[in-house]
Amino acid sequence: MSDTMRSVAGASNRQQGDHPSGDNRFDLVDKHLKRGRYAQDQLIETLHVAQDVFGFLSEDILVYVARALKLPPSMVYGVATFYELFTFDPPGDHSCTVCTGTACFVKGADEIVASVSNTYNVPAGKTAEDNSLTLKTARCLGSCSLAPVVVFDGDVLSHQTSESTVSLVGAALGGDA
Amino acid sequence: MVDRRQTVAVTFDGVDAEGVVGESVLECARRNGVTIPSLCFLEGLSVWGGCRICVVEVAEDHRLRPACATQVVPDMEIKIETPRLRAYRKSILELLFAEGNHVCAVCVSNGKCELQDMAVHCGMDHVRYDYRSPLREIDASHPKYVFDPNRCILCTRCVRVCDEIEGAHVWDVSYRGEQALLVTEMNKPWGESLSCTWCGKCVAVCPTGSLAYQGRAIGEMEHDPVMIKRLAVARSRNEWLYPEESK
Amino acid sequence: MAAPIDLHEVTEREREERFRTRWRVKACASTACQSAGAGQTIKAIEDAVEAEDMMLEVQVIPTGCMGLCSAGPLVRVLRRGGDKAMYQKVTPETGIKILKSHVLDEETLPEHEIDTEIPFFSSQERVVLANGGVINPDRIESYVAHGGYLALEKALKTMKPKHVLEEIRTSGLRGRGGAGYPTASKWSLLAAAPGETKYIVANGDEGDPGAYMDRTIMEDDPHRLLEGIALAAYATGANQAYIYVRAEYPRAIERLDRAIRVARRNRLLGRKILDTKFDLSVEVRIGAGAFVCGEETALLASIEGRRGIPRLRPPYPTEKGLWGEPTMINNVETLANIAPIINNGGEWFASLGTPKSTGTKVFALAGDITHTGLIEVPMGTKLRDIVEDIGGGVPDGKGFKAAQTGGPSGGCIPAKFLDTPVDYDSLRELGSIMGSGGLIIMNEEVRMPDVAKYFMEFSMDESCGKCTPCRAGTVQMHNLLQRITDGDGTKQDIRDLEHLCSVVRDASLCGLGQAAPNPVMSTLQYFRSEYSALLREEVAHG
Repeated sequence: MSDTMRSVAGASNRQQGDHPSGDNRFDLVDKHLKRGRYAQDQLIETLHVAQDVFGFLSEDILVYVARALKLPPSMVYGVATFYELFTFDPPGDHSCTVCTGTACFVKGADEIVASVSNTYNVPAGKTAEDNSLTLKTARCLGSCSLAPVVVFDGDVLSHQTSESTVSLVGAALGGDA
Repeated sequence: MVDRRQTVAVTFDGVDAEGVVGESVLECARRNGVTIPSLCFLEGLSVWGGCRICVVEVAEDHRLRPACATQVVPDMEIKIETPRLRAYRKSILELLFAEGNHVCAVCVSNGKCELQDMAVHCGMDHVRYDYRSPLREIDASHPKYVFDPNRCILCTRCVRVCDEIEGAHVWDVSYRGEQALLVTEMNKPWGESLSCTWCGKCVAVCPTGSLAYQGRAIGEMEHDPVMIKRLAVARSRNEWLYPEESK
Repeated sequence: MAAPIDLHEVTEREREERFRTRWRVKACASTACQSAGAGQTIKAIEDAVEAEDMMLEVQVIPTGCMGLCSAGPLVRVLRRGGDKAMYQKVTPETGIKILKSHVLDEETLPEHEIDTEIPFFSSQERVVLANGGVINPDRIESYVAHGGYLALEKALKTMKPKHVLEEIRTSGLRGRGGAGYPTASKWSLLAAAPGETKYIVANGDEGDPGAYMDRTIMEDDPHRLLEGIALAAYATGANQAYIYVRAEYPRAIERLDRAIRVARRNRLLGRKILDTKFDLSVEVRIGAGAFVCGEETALLASIEGRRGIPRLRPPYPTEKGLWGEPTMINNVETLANIAPIINNGGEWFASLGTPKSTGTKVFALAGDITHTGLIEVPMGTKLRDIVEDIGGGVPDGKGFKAAQTGGPSGGCIPAKFLDTPVDYDSLRELGSIMGSGGLIIMNEEVRMPDVAKYFMEFSMDESCGKCTPCRAGTVQMHNLLQRITDGDGTKQDIRDLEHLCSVVRDASLCGLGQAAPNPVMSTLQYFRSEYSALLREEVAHG
């Protein structure tokens, strides 16, 4: 790895906490980049770290990562959009993920998605306009014995029905209002 | 120069031909004047193998292989014009036509389009499948060129030529599956691209009317994919270097 | 450099620790039981032990998956040198009750007890999952005390690489990731590959909806996987290994990272392993949500930080893989079988299962079935035994309709084939595949065209978009299935669908596309009348 590559991210002798971009969260990304020695194969890991830090991947972040790893911007954009888990919009206040794996499908997961989507006017995979709720579907959470599974704000809930999920989401949304 | 490479005997649909060890079935067919329809393959660029138009059947083994990426081996019996392969090629072309908006009557490349030629060659006269009629935004921001993603068949010739020959890597594919879409840089308008050198190679190699010069009317756009072969061959022979440089 | 771990001393120490207390409470802390509330249960039991001053009497051990996930949280109570009892659906209150009745009253608590003699437990043969519910996955000592790393020590100190390879060949082990390629053949390709740099990749990108055995192995027995990787690397001459894990499995990533650190500290990985000349470094690489990355060449592209797009083979990864160097990709479950084979010999392994499909297979049993969870049975076990005995049949008095194996690349097996032995070749004959081991049972109410549409939607969303038949063909097949399930289909639509199935199967570039039509073809083959009943003409006349 050449020296020029190392200095790209501006990680040289500066104090912790005054990142040139004006956003100190980039320090955490820099740390990861440094640990990976700016190797280009660290792209996906770096995007994971950046998404953990910022919550989503904005264009600025993608440009930053592309410059740091010396990758063409179109390539970074191509990789980021290829993978399902990277998001480019800020997430909503609450998140509801419905597992749509085979076991959950057999037990009616698509009805849960449809009823949450209709009740709260959020298309699957999107965030509501008032930013209150993000509705996601997951391929398989691997908790097939608990089907149908819903993850609401990080809590795994087993054996859900349309009604139980809708009322649960309603309680959380109502509680905020 | 005498070609000392080892040769092998192969047959195309029962007709004898001579292959050279290390070359692909497609190259061998072209040298022998045999037509194997293909789309994404372009001499001078790396092999992509994505369009699947050039699949051929080899001997008794019923598996299909892409001619562009399969090397010739001694006594290879290659089948091109079987009923099954004809039907498959037609279906694959129909899938391509149904996927984008390929309306020849209003296309800049009408009459000079590789996709159109292929459809004629394969006898594809109608599309059985529902047209997807995508609504993809046309990018006409570049002063010299225009990109219409609705006519793109994702052959990635432009991506490869920009990366491998021009070395700029302005283009890449974003998203996946049906949503797959070509982008320049961070999905910014092409005209704002800082890395584009305006070399026009991507436009030269496009098999359809997806990439074209600005201001061309229907049927006026002519591509020049052979230019890439000339470049690649000249480069491999170090033709632009002084003898002392060409080590 | 620290001295390597002394396996025998650790085993001795662990044995003493095991007999230190009269009671041991083993609580399943795997993901399925966690989501059923195992965390609170374990905490409550631990608190009760402290509150009742039973620390010298009882030790509480969190363990990996015990199998019967539908009855979680599961807890086992073991008396020193004596009887055991297993409990289901243990809430914090029940947990405390169980603890007290055992320790104070010397009684079991029958109302929550599960009979471990039921076929779900007694008909299983646990090789890969042998440590599930037994060891504490966070402690390397616990793994070592149950025979862990003995195979590595044996191989490094008494066997040449080719002998390890020979043992695997004798075992007849076949890849557990789907296609069932003989493992020894793959290994010998890598062993024979020229050059100094060789890579091994453990494929933990378990994308099949309905399968979670790889996750369970990585989370609940990470050292078994590391030992398998080390043995594979020793046999093939590789010095660098990657474990590719789905980002959806954060616990597996965390556990593996920790296990690698601990193994390195104990000189079971890293330089001069166990004071021999063998070096191996292992790294975890994380996916980001793409089913296609389970395909070998797409997985390699993803490890290199690129779009997970398959490339043409040949050259095969064993010739040109990661960064152009020879690379071998093995499924996690395959690698988890290696240590037991080296410990017990290839012939022992070959004696399990059928002559052509040796050993055992882990299945994730789910869907409309009484007992859901992870099971491990010898290859060749009849589907009926799995469904009716181990699984306890279809609940609510409904009839069995089909078993789906192999996820979106597999097919549906109807009731008339219930007596088929489950092995690679028999399933293939039925138009399905073994796949990674998801086994979803469907009852008579499930409409098969819906199932086909569900899987086609999956394949359509997960298609990488490189080749035309898969990218555009899955879209059109889904479109046709949508029309048929909506009741607007015609006979011509079925014909078009069948034609597209063969185009996509034969002309696609990688396994994802080639297998995408399987769910449609198998349901058309066995449940054609359900499709015909939905067609427009029939509806109009009917």
